[in-house]
Amino acid sequence: MNLDFSDEQKQLRDQVRRFLSEQCPPTAVRAILEGGERYDKSLYAGLAELGVLGAAIPEEYGGVGLGHLELCVVAEELGRVLAPVPVASSIYLSAEFLLLAGSESQKSEWLPKLASGEAIGAFAMVEGQGRTKPESIKARVSGGKLSGEKMPVADGCDADFAIVAARDEKDAVSLYIVSLTGEGVTRKALESIDPTRGQARITFDNAPVEPLGNSGDGWHIATQVLDRAAVLMAFEQLGGADRALEMARDYALDRMAFGRPIGSFQAIKHILADMYVSATLARSNCYYGAWALSSGASELPVAAATARVSATTAFQHCSKNNIQVHGGMGFTWAFDCHLYYRRSNGLALALGSLSTWESQLIERMSSGNVEAAA
Amino acid sequence: MDFKDSPEEAAFRKEVRAWLDENAPKHLEAELRRANFGSSGVDSEDPITAGKAWQKKKAESGWACLHWPKEYGGAARTPIERVIWGQEEGPYGALSGPFVIGHGMCGPTVMTWATEEQKRELLPPLASGEEIWCQLFSEPAGGSDLAGLRTKAVKADDGSGDWIINGQKIWTSGAQHSDWGLLITRTDPNVAKHKGLTMFFLSMKTPGVDVRPIKQANGASGFNEVYFTDVRIPDTQRLGAVGQGWEVSLTTLMNERLSIGSGMSTGFPELFSFCMDAEVEGRPAIEDSAVRSKLAQFAVRQSGLKYTGMRAITALSKGETPGPENSIGKLVAGATMQDLAIYALDLQGQAGALWDENSPQNGRFQAMLMRSPATRIEGGSDEILRNIIGERVLGLPGDIRVDKGIPFKDIPTSGQRKS
Repeated sequence: MNLDFSDEQKQLRDQVRRFLSEQCPPTAVRAILEGGERYDKSLYAGLAELGVLGAAIPEEYGGVGLGHLELCVVAEELGRVLAPVPVASSIYLSAEFLLLAGSESQKSEWLPKLASGEAIGAFAMVEGQGRTKPESIKARVSGGKLSGEKMPVADGCDADFAIVAARDEKDAVSLYIVSLTGEGVTRKALESIDPTRGQARITFDNAPVEPLGNSGDGWHIATQVLDRAAVLMAFEQLGGADRALEMARDYALDRMAFGRPIGSFQAIKHILADMYVSATLARSNCYYGAWALSSGASELPVAAATARVSATTAFQHCSKNNIQVHGGMGFTWAFDCHLYYRRSNGLALALGSLSTWESQLIERMSSGNVEAAA
Repeated sequence: MDFKDSPEEAAFRKEVRAWLDENAPKHLEAELRRANFGSSGVDSEDPITAGKAWQKKKAESGWACLHWPKEYGGAARTPIERVIWGQEEGPYGALSGPFVIGHGMCGPTVMTWATEEQKRELLPPLASGEEIWCQLFSEPAGGSDLAGLRTKAVKADDGSGDWIINGQKIWTSGAQHSDWGLLITRTDPNVAKHKGLTMFFLSMKTPGVDVRPIKQANGASGFNEVYFTDVRIPDTQRLGAVGQGWEVSLTTLMNERLSIGSGMSTGFPELFSFCMDAEVEGRPAIEDSAVRSKLAQFAVRQSGLKYTGMRAITALSKGETPGPENSIGKLVAGATMQDLAIYALDLQGQAGALWDENSPQNGRFQAMLMRSPATRIEGGSDEILRNIIGERVLGLPGDIRVDKGIPFKDIPTSGQRKS
């Protein structure tokens, strides 16, 4: 029985935490929030240099070749500091798409660039309001040219290429690699509840594409990659939840009212205890997800949905109560509470909403893997 | 990360399995597996007799109180071996219900505070299930505020050194079956409340001890009131110094909350299986998106507890002390079980109100509904557990106590409100 990270992985965590405490203080997140750049370019370059972007990319494709457990460790640290970088789009999603479904030449072309930060990838599937289902994908490829509109696309304005889900000539959902800097692509940055992670609308008008994976396999491949990304995203959410809890705890110790620290009042203490409970449940579920992801276990679909639902719930719970514990100051622009609130609610929707994952979790548990219920 | 045993653990597990395969009371397995919440596990036999028989069998082969020293009836096994035993014993573990308080709380307290002679006399029959112990702590005036207890122990005036006990305890699980009790009393009302307490142990057959079962809100009677009228016990049955009772009680309470890897039940597997069969809007409940959302939230609490337990086991397996994360167990399990029971009845429609032989799963959810309020109170209420997490895990300051440093006799008590 070993449901914990190794000593080496914990050393990696300490190293990444030290790096981020210097390179990604709250002021760096605010700089993105308040305009200018859409992501922190020097931070992203630093992460690439540190080797963490390529943690789970094999050495033959320019990565470090450690593995997914190491990437989970990194994700948790990025989540703690709300790192404003396109790591989810480029690493958790694009790199995983290439690793899972890319041809040898696609992997050789793109993975080294993703690992070095030289290129950024995005995943373009969603087309507007509502839950995404295979039927809601209208974008179409005909004669090797893509037309349609994708929105929202995380980091869409900053990516060099996108992995796009679209219908092929047989009307089947398939995946394509599309250059976003070439002809037939119009991009518009969109405003969102969390400006520290960019969102875009991308309009394709006969944009040239290259197929990724087999025709008609698009939905299936996307589901598998979303599971992998969900585990990594859950670690980001876990990091955010833990940090929001720490902020609330520290404030409850410092803030005096009625002649005593507010943390001595049970009304406040119990809010904090409940935050600890949800963060602890999320951590344990995330470790389950990490195990399934790193070992290629057949439980991954259930484990990923479990980690995702638990971590989404925990981060939203901790970030909203962090504001509550701070009282009025928590609702000021100057305090950082809203940064965590924004991120938690943004991440809750990225990769599909909470209710979508809840439904998937139970569907997966009921179809064959009943043991997971025990 | 993996869920594999180390070679030593695997060998131990194999040994346990082989022994259980030979010796477990298999005729009770099915009944134990479908046992309802709040029931004693077996109905076909007297649960005390069945429990004693199983415990004796285990003790004879060295499987009782695995973590206790051998000289006290244990097997001197490691914490991880104890966990593996628990996993393998599975449903049969429920048979040892009558001994949980003795083995988990009274035993460790006796081990820490009694004389060597007393330990050798008292602990082996406790380990082997020959004798049952109860914990005489809570009182009508002192539950969450345990140190507010009022049961008096005074020195007999005949120079014998004996103590005379008068007062009342309440919520004493299993007192009606117990041979021995661990008793906390007030020996000095003139000092601050935590300072004036003293711990004893006594035979439940001592004259003047009167056990009265409490009829609970769910109709069952697991708890008791215990009255003490001029009960005389010798000073040799004192544990710790006079006035040291609070410190002694902490040994017991620390053990109460240390149930690693026990995987407290939330009722989720039962609800999940019910939703596979039940219908909502003419199709299986499990396919309904509202049902799925509810189930998913229960599912992640259940699995969160399961893997929190495994993280604690990981620490034990590495020879480390588990972190504080296990303190969430009962807090999560109790509230989840209650919410889940209410939801299961909701899915049964108006017939959910019925609790008879036609109720799904043998009326399990109705039983959970009626038992779960107690789970949220016993052994530390949800609120006390939140205080513990807040203060001991998160490092928040304690509440300001208005009874601090005041002689016990001057502390306001209930029933003094002026109308």
